Amino acid sequence: MMSEPLLTIQNLHVGFDIYGGHLKVLDGVNFAVGKGEKVGLVGETGCGKTTTMKSVMRILPMPPGKITDGEIVYKGRDLLRVNLKKVWGVKGKGISMIFQDPTAALNPVFTIGRQLMDVVKYSRDTGKDHSGGNIRERAIRALKDVAMPDPERILSNYPIQLSGGMRQRICIAMALVTGSELLIADEPTTSLDVTIQDQVLRLLGNLVEEKGNSTIFITHSLGIVREWTNRVYVMYAGSMVEAAPTKELFSKPLHPYTQGLMKAVPKLTGEGIAEGVTGRIPNYLTPPSGCRFHPRCPHVMPICKEKRPPFFDVGNTHQVACFLYKE
Amino acid sequence: MTEEILTVKDLKKYFLTSRGTVRAVDGISFSIKEAETLGLVGESGSGKSTVAYTIMGMYRPTAGEICFRGQDISREARKRSKALKKQIQIVFQDPGSSLNPRRSIKQILELPLKVHGLSKDRSGTQQVERLLEMVELPLDYMYKYTEAIGGGEKQMVAIARALATDPSFVVLDEPTSALDVSVQAKIINLLLNLQRELHLTYLFITHDLSLMRNVSTRVAIMYLGKICEVASAAEFFQNPIHPYTRMLLSSIPVVSEEEEAFKPKKVLSRGEIPSPVNVPPGCSFHLRCSVKKDICSTDDPVMVEIGEGHTVRCHSSP
Repeated sequence: MMSEPLLTIQNLHVGFDIYGGHLKVLDGVNFAVGKGEKVGLVGETGCGKTTTMKSVMRILPMPPGKITDGEIVYKGRDLLRVNLKKVWGVKGKGISMIFQDPTAALNPVFTIGRQLMDVVKYSRDTGKDHSGGNIRERAIRALKDVAMPDPERILSNYPIQLSGGMRQRICIAMALVTGSELLIADEPTTSLDVTIQDQVLRLLGNLVEEKGNSTIFITHSLGIVREWTNRVYVMYAGSMVEAAPTKELFSKPLHPYTQGLMKAVPKLTGEGIAEGVTGRIPNYLTPPSGCRFHPRCPHVMPICKEKRPPFFDVGNTHQVACFLYKE
Repeated sequence: MTEEILTVKDLKKYFLTSRGTVRAVDGISFSIKEAETLGLVGESGSGKSTVAYTIMGMYRPTAGEICFRGQDISREARKRSKALKKQIQIVFQDPGSSLNPRRSIKQILELPLKVHGLSKDRSGTQQVERLLEMVELPLDYMYKYTEAIGGGEKQMVAIARALATDPSFVVLDEPTSALDVSVQAKIINLLLNLQRELHLTYLFITHDLSLMRNVSTRVAIMYLGKICEVASAAEFFQNPIHPYTRMLLSSIPVVSEEEEAFKPKKVLSRGEIPSPVNVPPGCSFHLRCSVKKDICSTDDPVMVEIGEGHTVRCHSSP
């Protein structure tokens, strides 16, 4: 199913030193994105989705953050072991990211044009051609790509003059203007209304298709994942609990956490809302032993409290980290 | 059972700003029957929270009438009687900012009891215990502060506070939009149980249509300060008429095939909600409408009833 991997994360452990102890947030994350693949990463608030991606981008604040173990391999190079300057090179051409809140991602005191043209100017594929005309032209083309009306005028606008949907489209333009191969979208539509969300998702989908980027789509909305991705990872309390092709996951969710999540989503058919998962996400200072989900799990077994379940293959490239599927 | 508890007639709320008049709520009428849940849906900036705050008396209406059990209450809260305020309560969207971080949960829950002279024993502990039991929180939470508990639990405290005065009508202003789905499920089920037990009437404000489908008896859709469609929940999702309703419904990302079949034919969403300072002439939705006619840009349509309890404000409706 998966083509040759572009990015692989293996056994990533990340913690934070805080007053009173060490928070063990990421607990052995395994993750891979193939070329041209659209991968979803779902999980609740605080499960470590953003921490994972910030580690990939090397923008995790350190300290208090600390990467204690693991590797992040992008095109055969371990991003955690090359120096930061080289990582910048990788970012300039290879990986770009769209953040959740476009208002915070854009600088309020510079015009859209200034910010967008800076991205073009310092990206590697611009090469030596730093003539103003070339840069401006590419910025305008990028704005046209994201269906902005009147791009010339937008260039001289400040972020505050645009609506939330437009600001997010500017961020998408910035992420895609440099021709990056991997796009990380961190909850890009969470702060938008449904109709605007629909527009932004469609636009992003078309652009990614056109340019052939690989995409990691981080969200807590199962609906978006179903409509948008080829393969999904479900994350809980710092590690992946299930990975499967999207269709497979939605027709046959296996991990008790995934099943609970699916049940808790309000359905349009209106059969009421089931209480999917009881309790709440564990404290990272003293996480539960064994499987971190066991205190909330309806099928808990003695082994769950002692050992951490590895990924078990259940066929169709469907993997579950749960002892129920040991065979 | 079917007595109307709250009636809103031609309610308007304008705000004067330096850039012009913001028509946040522009002539809306609806009524809520006893023990039902009216869902008020709309995008951000459509004026749904302004409606809630005006009903609560946080704003004085510019024009129009709000009647609660036959009594005109179209004035600010400070001019309302205590007995009336006791009957109408609200739960806000963000429990992080609606609860005072310097007060213990006991103090938070005691305040409405004291204000309304409802404390029975001097320590007030019994009633606070009863409230915590009602929202299924452990009793030792009484001595905790809000920073020590999770977002969902904070919202439960906010709900307990609203119920402290034994109200008959509760406004829920996006009570779960800041929470995760599993927590949301818990809160919604709690609210529905409480409604049955205490015979409460809800005005449920949200932007999440799938959630609306599961909690409300009737749904009203708001766009730019006006209501465009009102129908019972089942009718609303089976037979949506207004083009905006269809656009909303077809934009929802869903998790199963059955739900996909439930959605109306894909209406491509386009455009954005215009600023309420410059409301377009005619029907305020015509700039984004897929079935626009000439008349739409000049004349504002009126509400017509097209079925039992199903009203639509659109020139193209049958």
